[in-house]
Amino acid sequence: MADFDDELDASGLNCPLPILRAKKALAALDSGKVLHIIATDPGSVKDFEAFSKQTGNELMESKEEGGKFHFLIKKA
Amino acid sequence: MEQKKLAIIATKGTLDWGYPPFILGSTAAALGYDVEIFFTFYGLQLLKKDLDHLRVTPLGNPGMPMPGGMEKWMPVLVTALPGMEAMMTSMMKKQMAAKGVASLTELRELSQEAEVRFIACNMTVELFDMEPSEFIDGIELAGAARFFEFAGDADICMYM
Repeated sequence: MADFDDELDASGLNCPLPILRAKKALAALDSGKVLHIIATDPGSVKDFEAFSKQTGNELMESKEEGGKFHFLIKKA
Repeated sequence: MEQKKLAIIATKGTLDWGYPPFILGSTAAALGYDVEIFFTFYGLQLLKKDLDHLRVTPLGNPGMPMPGGMEKWMPVLVTALPGMEAMMTSMMKKQMAAKGVASLTELRELSQEAEVRFIACNMTVELFDMEPSEFIDGIELAGAARFFEFAGDADICMYM
């Protein structure tokens, strides 16, 4: 997994909390910085794709590892 | 790109139906939408400071799953027995906590933090003799025309 600047563990949280927490965490970052999000909600895979498309924050990576979902989102 | 707008009318005052306005409102705000929720009739219950009074009822709700599939055989009259509503409410809250579903209070706070605007229908506040002091801070009291001022050029309008 590529480098990241900040990390958000949204494990155990259900829709829409991972997205809301990610939005908050991104707001605290400067443009170009990367947020690593860890989630356990299977719905978060499609949700982070949709979040990225609609907000312009690039989804650099999305993968499942050890029963958890990992996302890298670059602040626009 | 011009900011998209979402207008929601929240009319229900139950634990289950309290979720959609706050889930969709907060999510839309996170996606960059400008959001207003107009609370009218029983939806006003969702604005009270303390939301512990909200209930979910199995009565007249044949789609509500119950432990062990009880809803398939349980006579409707049984769901009207004293204590059933309190029991189902308590079970629903436990299930939500176990599944990592946010509390209504948390989702409402997140909505407000994300600048979702809450409007309480003035007419129904008076109709039910409600005191605006019972409501959380940051509520605007207004009428139908005020709702249309925003909803009139909203991209999405939802009635819940």
